[in-house]
Amino acid sequence: MNSEFTSPIGKILKINGKCISLIGNDIDTDRIIPARFLKCVDFDSLGKSVFEDDRETLKGKHPFDLVENKNSSILIVNSNFGCGSSREHAPQALMRWGIKAIIGESFAEIFYSNCIAIGIPCFTLKKKLIQDIQKYNNNKSLFLEIDLKNSLAKSNDFNFHLEIKESSKNMFLSGEWDATSTLLCKEKLIENKYNDLPYLKFNNLVI
Amino acid sequence: MSQDTLFDKVWDLHKVSSLPGGSDQIFIGLHLIHEVTSPQAFGALKDKKLKVKFPNRTVATVDHIVPTDNQSRPFKDNLAERMISTLEKNCLQHKIKFFNIGSGSQGIVHVVAPELGLTQPGMTIACGDSHTSTHGAFGSIAFGIGTSQVRDVLATQTIAMNKLKVRQIWCEKKLSHGVYAKDLVLHIINELGVKAGVGFAYEFAGPAIEALSMEERMTICNMSIEGGARCGYINPDEKTFSYIKNKLCAPKNEHWDEALLWWKSLKSDESSIYDDVIKLDASKVNPTVTWGITPGQSIGINQKVPLLSDLSPNDQLIAEEAYEYMGFKPGQSIKDTPVDVCFIGSCTNGRISDLRVAAKVLKDKKVSNRVKAFVVPGSEKVANEAKQEGLDKIFKDSGFQWREPGCSMCLAMNSDKLLGNQVSASSSNRNFKGRQGSPNGRTLLMSPAMVAAAAINGKVSDVREFINL
Repeated sequence: MNSEFTSPIGKILKINGKCISLIGNDIDTDRIIPARFLKCVDFDSLGKSVFEDDRETLKGKHPFDLVENKNSSILIVNSNFGCGSSREHAPQALMRWGIKAIIGESFAEIFYSNCIAIGIPCFTLKKKLIQDIQKYNNNKSLFLEIDLKNSLAKSNDFNFHLEIKESSKNMFLSGEWDATSTLLCKEKLIENKYNDLPYLKFNNLVI
Repeated sequence: MSQDTLFDKVWDLHKVSSLPGGSDQIFIGLHLIHEVTSPQAFGALKDKKLKVKFPNRTVATVDHIVPTDNQSRPFKDNLAERMISTLEKNCLQHKIKFFNIGSGSQGIVHVVAPELGLTQPGMTIACGDSHTSTHGAFGSIAFGIGTSQVRDVLATQTIAMNKLKVRQIWCEKKLSHGVYAKDLVLHIINELGVKAGVGFAYEFAGPAIEALSMEERMTICNMSIEGGARCGYINPDEKTFSYIKNKLCAPKNEHWDEALLWWKSLKSDESSIYDDVIKLDASKVNPTVTWGITPGQSIGINQKVPLLSDLSPNDQLIAEEAYEYMGFKPGQSIKDTPVDVCFIGSCTNGRISDLRVAAKVLKDKKVSNRVKAFVVPGSEKVANEAKQEGLDKIFKDSGFQWREPGCSMCLAMNSDKLLGNQVSASSSNRNFKGRQGSPNGRTLLMSPAMVAAAAINGKVSDVREFINL
C-alpha cells in the first residue's frame, strides 16, 4: 500500500509504473471493497481494505499481498472488471492502495466512469494480449511507461498500443477530467434548460 | 445509431451541451441521494466552495445502513449513526427534502421515489446507486452514478456522459402461472450475459412486458445493471399513468392533463431504429434460481447446474470459481438444496405486491426449523400497507421475522448478515462473493414467492407446488 497518497490533479500525460496482474472475469465492486467499509464519510482509510475478503481467503497469496507486487501502480485485469455496485469507494480504494492506471479486456460502465472522474485512466486490450501480459508478469516484473497522448505502452521487452475512449483521453490530456468546472462553465445553458423542461413546469414540487 | 426511441427523445431533451471529446452534458431532472454515496460529495462541494444548484431537484432518504430491528437513535452502530447524522446535517444545510425514519415515507430510495410520485415518464433520474435503473419502469432515463458525479449533479444539476446505444429486448407471449418478473429478468441476464449491456440502455418491450404491473416492471428495470446496462426502461402506458395519478408529487388538476399529453408523446415510435434487437419467448421461462456468483449464473428450478462443457469459453473461468465457492457440483440439481436463511426485501423485490405474493404462499404454513427467515419491507409506506392488509401477521405466524424498512441483507451494511458459509434464498439482486455480509456466505437469488417456498421446505423448492395451478 502506498502510504504517501496524494490525489492526482491537472493534466495526466504519462504514467510509469510496475504492473500487478489480477486474474478473473466479472470481479465486482463488492469484492474490490466489501460493503462494511462503506460506512465512512470520507475515502481516506479505504486503501488498506481493498480486496479485504479475497485477501483474507487467500492468506497472503492474493496479488495485492505478494512482496513482488509491492509499490505496483498499473493493474492488469480481465473482462467486465468492476461490475455491480456504483460505489466510487472501489476505485478510491484501488487508488489509495497505489493504483494509477488499469488495463483490462473490458470494464463495467459505472466503474469506468468513476475511474475517469477521479483520475485513473482505464485502457482496454484484446483478451489474448491481456492474457499474454499476465503470463509474462507472472514470471517477472513488468514496468510500463504509458504515454497517454499516443496511447502507447512501452517496456524493456515489448511495446503495445492501448485503446482508450477518445472523450476520456482528451479529458486527461487537457486536465479536465474533474468535470465540475467544465460543467459549471455552461451555467446559463443549464438555467435555460431548467426553465424549458416541460415537466418542471407541471411538477408538484411542494413536498 | 438509435433513432426516435424514448431514450433518444429524453436524451435529446436533456442535452445541455456537447463536450469536447464526444460526451454530452445532460441535465438531471431528479436527483436522489442516500447516506452512503453522498457525504464525500457534500465534502467536495465544501472544498470547492460550491452550493447546491437546484436544491428542489434533489430528494434524500436513508436506507443502506439503517438497522431493521431497533431504529431508535442514536443507532447502536456508531459508524451508521455518524452516516445518518451527516446526511441530516447536509440536507438541513443545503435545504434538501429528507424523508427520515419515522416520516412515513422513508425506505429504500428506489421504492420511495415511485411511491411518492417523484418518478415520472420523460425525466432523467440519477442517484449514487447502481439500481437507479429501477425508475426506468416509468419511461424515465435513470442510471446510477458515483460520488464524484453526485457532486457534479449537486453543483450543476448536470453530468458528463457518453450517449448510450439502445437494445430492445422484445418479450413475446406472457409469463406462465407461478413465474414472476424476477424469473424473467434472471432469464434475460442468463441469456445475454452480465456484460452484454455495457454501453447500452435496455428497452424492455413486447406483450409479456406490457402485461406486467408497475411493480413487476420495476423489478425488471432494477436488474438491468446486473446485465451490464446502466439504464433500462419501459415505454409508459395507461398502467404507468394510473400508478402515478394522485401520488403526493404527481401533477395535479390542469397540470395532470398537460403531463399526460406530454408523457404519451414520449414512447418509442413504431419506426424507431435500435442498435440491436433481441427477441425471447416469456412463456418458456421457469421459476429461476442462481447457482453461482454472478446474477447471470442461473437455471430453471428443474434444471441442473451446468457442466463446464455446456458453457461458452468466456463463461468457463467464472463458472469454475463459482463451483468452488458455492460448493455445487456440475450436473447437480438446484432443487432441494438446503437453505439456512430466507430474505424477502430489497429494491428489487421489497414492494407491497412482493409481500402479498409471498404471504399468499406462507398463509397457514410454517417456516422450516432449520431456517432463519425475515422480511424487510421496502419502505414505511409498504410496511404500513402490509399491516393494514394483515400481511405482517401472516409472515409472523409462519415464523418469519417482521422487520423495519431498509436495504438490510441485500448488501449487509447493517447487522443483518449471513454467518460463515450459510446459504441464503434471497429476493435481492446480487449473489456476488461475500455480498450478504459473510466472506464465504452463499446467495441463491429467486423471486419472493420462491423464497417463501424455500422457507417452508427448508430447501430450494418449486413454488408452483404451493399455489393453485
